[in-house]
Amino acid sequence: MTTGFLGSGVVGAAYVVAAILFILSLGGLSNQESAKRAVWYGIAGMAVAVLATILAPGVANLWVVLLTVALGAVAGIVVAARVRMTEMPQLVAALHSFVGLAAVFIGWNADFELSRVARLQAQAAAGIEGAAAQIAALGGFAAVIAQKTAAEVNILLGEVGLGVWIGAVTFTGSVVAFGKLAGRIDSRARQLPGGHWLNLGAAVGSAALFVLYLATGWFLWLFLLAALGFFIGWHLIMGIGGADMPVVVSMLNSYSGWAAAAIGFTLGNDLLIVTGALVGASGAILSYIMCRAMNRSFVSVILGGFGNAPQSAQAIDGEMVAIDPDGAAALLEEAQSVVIVPGYGMAVAQAQAAVAELTRRLRARGKTVRFGIHPVAGRLPGHMNVLLAEAKVPYDIVLEMDEINDDFPSTDVAVVIGSNDIVNPAAQEDPGSPIAGMPVLEVWKARHVIVLKRGQGTGYSGIENPLFFRENTRMLYGDAKSSLEALLGRIAA
Amino acid sequence: MKVGALRETAPGEARVAMTPASAREIAKLGHLCLIESGAGEAAGFSDDLYREAGVEVVPDAAALLTFADVVVKVRPPEPGTVERLREGQTLISFIYPAQNAELLDIARERGATLIAMDMVPRISRAQKMDALSSMANIAGYRAVVEAAGAFPRFLAGQVTAAGKVPPARVLVIGAGVAGLAAIGTAVSLGAVVQAFDVRPEVAEQIESMGASFVFLDFDEAQDGAATGGYAAPSSPEFREKQLAKFRELAPEVDIVITTALIPGRPAPVLWTRDMVEAMKPGSVIVDLAAERGGNCELTVPDERFTTENGVTVIGYTDFPSRMAAQASSLYATNIRHLLADLTPARDGTIVHDMEDDVIRGATVVHAGVVTYPPPPPKVPAIAPRKPVPKPREPSPEERRAAELARFRGETRRQVALIAAGAAVLFLLGLVAPASFMAHVIVFALACFVGFQVIWGVSHALHTPLMAVTNAISGIIILGALLQVGSGNGLVVVLSAIAILIASVNIVGGFLVTRRMLSMFQRS
Repeated sequence: MTTGFLGSGVVGAAYVVAAILFILSLGGLSNQESAKRAVWYGIAGMAVAVLATILAPGVANLWVVLLTVALGAVAGIVVAARVRMTEMPQLVAALHSFVGLAAVFIGWNADFELSRVARLQAQAAAGIEGAAAQIAALGGFAAVIAQKTAAEVNILLGEVGLGVWIGAVTFTGSVVAFGKLAGRIDSRARQLPGGHWLNLGAAVGSAALFVLYLATGWFLWLFLLAALGFFIGWHLIMGIGGADMPVVVSMLNSYSGWAAAAIGFTLGNDLLIVTGALVGASGAILSYIMCRAMNRSFVSVILGGFGNAPQSAQAIDGEMVAIDPDGAAALLEEAQSVVIVPGYGMAVAQAQAAVAELTRRLRARGKTVRFGIHPVAGRLPGHMNVLLAEAKVPYDIVLEMDEINDDFPSTDVAVVIGSNDIVNPAAQEDPGSPIAGMPVLEVWKARHVIVLKRGQGTGYSGIENPLFFRENTRMLYGDAKSSLEALLGRIAA
Repeated sequence: MKVGALRETAPGEARVAMTPASAREIAKLGHLCLIESGAGEAAGFSDDLYREAGVEVVPDAAALLTFADVVVKVRPPEPGTVERLREGQTLISFIYPAQNAELLDIARERGATLIAMDMVPRISRAQKMDALSSMANIAGYRAVVEAAGAFPRFLAGQVTAAGKVPPARVLVIGAGVAGLAAIGTAVSLGAVVQAFDVRPEVAEQIESMGASFVFLDFDEAQDGAATGGYAAPSSPEFREKQLAKFRELAPEVDIVITTALIPGRPAPVLWTRDMVEAMKPGSVIVDLAAERGGNCELTVPDERFTTENGVTVIGYTDFPSRMAAQASSLYATNIRHLLADLTPARDGTIVHDMEDDVIRGATVVHAGVVTYPPPPPKVPAIAPRKPVPKPREPSPEERRAAELARFRGETRRQVALIAAGAAVLFLLGLVAPASFMAHVIVFALACFVGFQVIWGVSHALHTPLMAVTNAISGIIILGALLQVGSGNGLVVVLSAIAILIASVNIVGGFLVTRRMLSMFQRS
């Protein structure tokens, strides 16, 4: 049942080529132009790896492979073509969950194969006829197992357990993250009674099951390990609120990588290990960047959102002063330099096209218009950049927080669209504030600030935003998209 | 309700309490607007402009007082006007209730309501109706413009072919609204501005406007914030220090703008005769407190004259009226905001809520009772500055020591991490076979490569990064491919599912990345 067109040395060479192509593909993302080329490196690397594996000895049931790959590819093409850019966070989460689930299945399979090979080896040892022949005829992964020593089998059990557990956490965690991002699950932080003690209990239980599995190699323990992993992933992410999603998605990105790496260990496949490590590192760095942008530790984000009661938070004296579209349009007409700070609210309102049109019209009048993007704006790292790019805002006027913050004092009008905490001056001025120390976009230093906001409520963290009460702030209430369209009606093309 | 604006009768007064623009806004509150014919003429608003804005123009004051439910004007009304108010009618204007007790009595007898724009409490919420501030702002601006007109030199320093011109030095005394406006205007004309105020907490505001604060060596500075944003009378010792400082500055400054007022008292004399005499010829003094006697000893209200030593002293009291169009539009906006607060439902019904801090404070006569003076406002005007301990500048030695300590700490942390990692690997090596350790090397190196590569990724491309890592983490398909050939049916099924979803990942991930990246366009 073994077919193979390529020798194992050639397969190894293909894996090295694929690994290099993957690294180049990630490295190319350092700027927008090289990234367009880099994605092809990734595609080529994947093609080389998959083809080499299929054509290598040990892969059978080719018709199953062709059928499933074709089905998957069609689904992938449809999804990639149809997804709206505002739905990217959910898509990314959904794809993470696939990797997690695949890791669980492959881990289970490894266990099944292990017991099958063990059974055959026992039969062969007992002199049962045909067993030795069956072992000799084993292909693919089973053949690899058949050659393992006892110590190697023990290591294999550990790798399987780890891979299955990480995969399980990734799967349910990503499913919950998907639900929250897609709005199918209430995005508020929810936990079962017992809270993090339940998670801790599940983690301790997982460790116990892991040890039991190592000791006995019974599938039951592996299955229960996966079950506890499913529970932890679900419960952990249920307990994290909507605006912490950038961290959650990055973390799950990382986990999906580690799960792949663990499976790589299981299968003794270096390409899987390298790729898993690359993805894991990528997710870890993204999580770190997101956490630093919120001035919070990774643990505090993962262990649940902000406390529901703001701790001290200075009382704010003043009044939010509303402005109508006429007034806002007049401010923009008079301005020479404008900085737009978009947030999740822009994505929710699907207002990016209107923002882009406003930008185009203002730029056509010779005004300097730029965007300031906070690292955690939106629900996915870099989400705002993609939305603006989709709306055809040139990327060289879309700047990072650190690039634009010094320019606010010389800015005439800062327009805040659907963001709140990331422009909250309390982070710098009120040491008692729950977000004290978080780096924020200093929009209040602009001469005028126009805030597009649905109502007078507080942001995700429930913290009052003194920005809204500043003398140079004007509130333009209403849905971001209709407010922007009202502005467009007053600023002719 | 009908809101009507009277024509100002005081000689020289050019302002008007309602502009066509404010009338449009008032109409949105559900009110009907009236105006006395010719009321806006001096401010540049003809009757026709009002008619265009939907305002009914009535021929005279008598007609307006008959029709209007709410009468608005700028200057305090004549007693005769108040006598013609009827029960339930409201008049909004500057009243100065402390000086005009007679008006309050008449209104009380008539059962009319008087709302004093000058009594609007100075709290943040009421800023939009604070007419004193908007008028003071104009006065501050105009004071600098008048001073510049009388000053025989440039305000900004210049280097020209014909020689170098030093910038004018301006001293602003009193950093209230007028003072700050004067500072801003003088700074933007290029002068070097110093400012003084008895409240040290305004130093920050002064500096933010681009002027330097004149500090006095004095500990018991009065807390002016407690009296509603006005400075309290200073102690004699403080006054002496202050005058000594001014005496020191007098020969150096070219323009002095004084804005010091104490509520309910004549203006304090801060710029004495000898200071004026010490000034250079051509210098200018603008006294914004002239109406209340003046901060300069020589000020003559409503006059501009030049002293024997060539110093021009300007004591005009009608700065806002000199910019009638601007002053009217700001004042009318203040009135409009007050009306908005009086019409909470925007349905044309006036609700006189005496529980409201702002309305309570501004109302001096209501429902047959004199309600002046109001209880003190609940919110202080300016939060007293909390003492901020200044971080001590570390000495070079300390800085070096701190750096060394940080370096040592980092080294210790790194060494500890490396040692711990190595220990874990050694422990693992004790039990694990060599084939496993070979994979660990690959794994560790890949992690380092990953960290290096990902740090270089542009923040703007984080979403494509996630999508592309999604795609390449589909590499897990290799695992399923190796297992799908198994003889075990369950393994085949599970592998098939894994291949299916991993290919969704690969294809979907790469294609969506490509789609995203193609959107990024340079301008």
